[in-house]
Amino acid sequence: MPTLKDLATRKDPLTGGHRACAGCGAPIIVRQVLMASKEPVVVTSATGCLEVVTTIFPYTAWNVNFLHNAFENSAATCSGIEAAYKSLKRKGKIKAEKINFVAFGGDGGTYDIGFQSLSGAMERGHDMLYVCYNNEAYMNTGIQRSSATPKGASTTTAPAGKVQPGKVQFSKNLTEIMVAHDLPYVAQSAVGFWRDLTTKAEKAFNTQGPKFINVLQPCRLGWAYDPSKTCEIGRLAADTCIWPLYEVENGKYKLTYKPKEKKPVTEFLKLQGRFRHLTKPGNEAIIEAIQKEVDRRWQNLLVRCGEAPKAS
Amino acid sequence: MKKNMGWKELDFGDSVNAGTAAEFHTGDWRSDRPVFHKENCINCLFCWVNCPDSAIILDENNKVAGIDYRYCKGCGICDTECPTKKEKRALTMEPERK
Repeated sequence: MPTLKDLATRKDPLTGGHRACAGCGAPIIVRQVLMASKEPVVVTSATGCLEVVTTIFPYTAWNVNFLHNAFENSAATCSGIEAAYKSLKRKGKIKAEKINFVAFGGDGGTYDIGFQSLSGAMERGHDMLYVCYNNEAYMNTGIQRSSATPKGASTTTAPAGKVQPGKVQFSKNLTEIMVAHDLPYVAQSAVGFWRDLTTKAEKAFNTQGPKFINVLQPCRLGWAYDPSKTCEIGRLAADTCIWPLYEVENGKYKLTYKPKEKKPVTEFLKLQGRFRHLTKPGNEAIIEAIQKEVDRRWQNLLVRCGEAPKAS
Repeated sequence: MKKNMGWKELDFGDSVNAGTAAEFHTGDWRSDRPVFHKENCINCLFCWVNCPDSAIILDENNKVAGIDYRYCKGCGICDTECPTKKEKRALTMEPERK
């Protein structure tokens, strides 16, 4: 488990001067994940907020090797680099040292558009880590709904109005889909838990094979909240069990954060502008439906982690 | 980094040197400014690890030395994450223009 004193001695992977919004969670995730690596890293990124704000021509904010290819293939690109490095090493054309290969993708580039390349790279068993910074919509192009957007959230393509109360469907549970790929390491974390995220990243770097971490990233623009509350909202998501923190090592589930008391989902919803319409009278049924679904997923997770008995 | 550079001046493969965004200063985005009070700082480094803009300066002993106003966008995460008590704050937010 890396301590902050250890982390402070490592080189900052990202410089200041990138053009992310004030209070953006994505650079926090990148800094914490990459600082957990003791070895050199090679990073690829899907098109998205992170790629756009860090590499505005002719500047780049990356202090590490960085490659951008396209929206849908960050995992395929990363797996290609890993395979090429392995081949060069085998032929003795390159100095053999341990290098960590990391791919970053937003929820659009992971849940929807990049899903096939992610699934393929994981199945081929490349030694790489895929990190999804999940801000629950296509924030870069102007807050369109994605399959990670939760029920009830207002986006520009699923706006809240007289007929529809924002997005109608629940979000896709991508972490579980990645668990179903039988990977050696799958984890879920959130902004606001630096120790949790750096520990999981370090664990992933020390594991051989394909790894996946899904990190919830509050987005001050799309979620519409005060930028200073980024970490607080990430912690609230874990406290309300909307976004539980857990890891799956070789199929074995472990809960890494258990809230002291499970808060109602309204605590999380009321701070954000994208759920503002839900507090108006007439929308109680939606909040109730969200709470019911969160409870159901949380109970299922508790059973898998061995924290609750199996329902007969 | 040359200003107003064209794509024809790029190296083969569009490769550029690392970390050049450090020459681009985003500090003028700020409307609120975090002010660091060294005497109250307990060096927990929570502000440093949660800063999205790498704008917390550490000294040679890795203790917090101040804020890099060239990059700080004034989001206030450092102030929210700072665990110091109300009467002895190590970080406070002040409006940029009074």
